[in-house]
Amino acid sequence: MATATSRSAIAIAVTGLRKSYGDNVVLDGIDLHIAEGTIFALLGPNGAGKTTMVQILSTLIGADGGHVRIAGRELTQEPDAVRDLIGVTGQFSAVDNLLTGEENLNLMADLRHLARTEGRRRTADLLAQFELTEAGKKQAVTYSGGMRRRLDLAMTLVGDPRIIFLDEPTAGLDPRSRRTMWQIIRDLVASGVTIFLTTQYLEEADQLADQIALLDHGRLIAEGTPDELKRLIPGGHIRLQFADLHGLESAARAFAESTRDDDTFTLQVPSDGGVRSLRALLDQLDMASIEVDSLSVHTPDLDDVFLTFTGQPDTERATVR
Amino acid sequence: MSTLTYAVRDSKTMLRRNLIHMLRYPIALMLVGIPVILLLLFVYVFGGTLGAGLGGVSGGRAEYANYVLPGILLITVACAAQGTAISVAMDMTEGIIARFRTMAIFRPSVLTGHVLSSMIQTMLGLAVVIGVGLLVGFRPTANAIEWVAATGVLAMITLAVIWLSVACGLVTKSVETASNLPMPLILLPFLGSGFVPTDSMPAAVRLFADYQPFTPVMETLRGLLLGTAIGNNAILAVAWCVVITLASYLWAKKLYNRDPSR
Ligand SMILES: Nc1ncnc2c1ncn2[C@@H]1O[C@H](COP(=O)(O)OP(=O)(O)OP(=O)(O)O)[C@@H](O)[C@H]1O
Ligand SMILES: [Mg+2]
Repeated sequence: MATATSRSAIAIAVTGLRKSYGDNVVLDGIDLHIAEGTIFALLGPNGAGKTTMVQILSTLIGADGGHVRIAGRELTQEPDAVRDLIGVTGQFSAVDNLLTGEENLNLMADLRHLARTEGRRRTADLLAQFELTEAGKKQAVTYSGGMRRRLDLAMTLVGDPRIIFLDEPTAGLDPRSRRTMWQIIRDLVASGVTIFLTTQYLEEADQLADQIALLDHGRLIAEGTPDELKRLIPGGHIRLQFADLHGLESAARAFAESTRDDDTFTLQVPSDGGVRSLRALLDQLDMASIEVDSLSVHTPDLDDVFLTFTGQPDTERATVR
Repeated sequence: MSTLTYAVRDSKTMLRRNLIHMLRYPIALMLVGIPVILLLLFVYVFGGTLGAGLGGVSGGRAEYANYVLPGILLITVACAAQGTAISVAMDMTEGIIARFRTMAIFRPSVLTGHVLSSMIQTMLGLAVVIGVGLLVGFRPTANAIEWVAATGVLAMITLAVIWLSVACGLVTKSVETASNLPMPLILLPFLGSGFVPTDSMPAAVRLFADYQPFTPVMETLRGLLLGTAIGNNAILAVAWCVVITLASYLWAKKLYNRDPSR
């Protein structure tokens, strides 16, 4: 399959992975190869099987079939060797609520078998890095969702795992915390760590990932770099709102490729949403002296992606299920 | 480091975790109230009559306080078992257990942490009950060696019952059920020689009472603390404790190692 040199550069290799819950086929033959030191994003709607995948790859639950190698080690043969290399932040909080933040981190340091002084120093560093120094003395049960999420990730980082699984790391975070989390993830990768993350946001995958895969109904329906995927998605457009039919008609004549909606006096002009194309569009409107009431830029989102690859938007599918 | 050093270190780490839990949420210690109330009830309300029925020289309440204490001690152990089952079941619903499962740690250490901290709580509870017993008329005749032996017997039955209750806490997904499973243990001292001698019972009950594990334990304790005849009860008590401990340990370990998705 791979040569000796390229195998050492593959952090996670998955072939034919399958998992069912009763009649519910959750993973139906997944193949994946994730290079060392990169960020891989698994994208999918609710119930797609993202968490199941993370749980299998992180040795929490068993698969029904297929092979997984983590850093060259067979998952089922050497689970403890794999566990030594990985860190996991699951979708649901995995902190000890009765312990303080500091005690939680010290617990991790002890379980990672760090020397006492080294463990205590690591705890102090992580508390500072995650802005938890003050809260560190309080029981985790009193933490807000965002603080708990930060503590959760800090606990994962004790012991410097080489491969980190993050199941929806930014779910429930405010925009500022989300950006902080993104920066932390980028810093980790810069130090050579491999990241496997799941998300429901195309934007997040776009911001972070070197490689994206779309999971749907137990299969990977698309894979590639963010740019490769976006090139395949035609969902981006600029939406123009007019005061009356007259404005709409003259604009529709100016933009040949647009789609018009006569009921709402809106016009959708295909666009990549960039500043350059926006300026070109405004110039064109100016030249034709067309008055626009309002304008909004619509970039491709997960819905467009699923629309493109499955022919139906993800929200409809969610309700059908 | 070898596997054994890791096993010891991880167990110590988990014990520390459970001791902090104990200080912040002392379930097992709260359950000490029940045996203390039962002790007072049986000595002061029923003690006069039941004590007279024992047919000893001093008779009455004083004699009954001596007779009932070993049974109350085992009720203490049974109540602590309930606390252990509850705290294990509650712990298993916590997300941190999933985290432990993805870490390279000595697996049973999650359980040994619970067992050791429950042991400590139960032994403390037993000391409290014995203290109250002394206040209400319990007059042991034991010398230092007999006290050590009695402590050993109590530690053994506690270990056995606690491993059993750890398994009870793991076998069910609901905390409610977990708290009910060790309930029958509280009845065992009543259906044994804990409160009245077994020869006063009807034949069928007596058969059960004579052959259930708590009876030899209580008879051994009675012998060590009060100087009654022990006979082969000591060997039976030790054998029961070893069997229950081993079987429960293996069962609990198997339950914990189940794939959580199946
Ligand atoms: N323990 C379980 N028992 C039975 N079915 C399960 C179990 N865990 C997950 N499933 C099912 O497996 C499917 C995938 O679930 P999973 O949690 O992996 O989805 P997900 O992609 O992480 O969704 P979300 O975005 O909501 O977190 C769902 O249909 C779910 O009902
Ligand atoms: Mg999930």
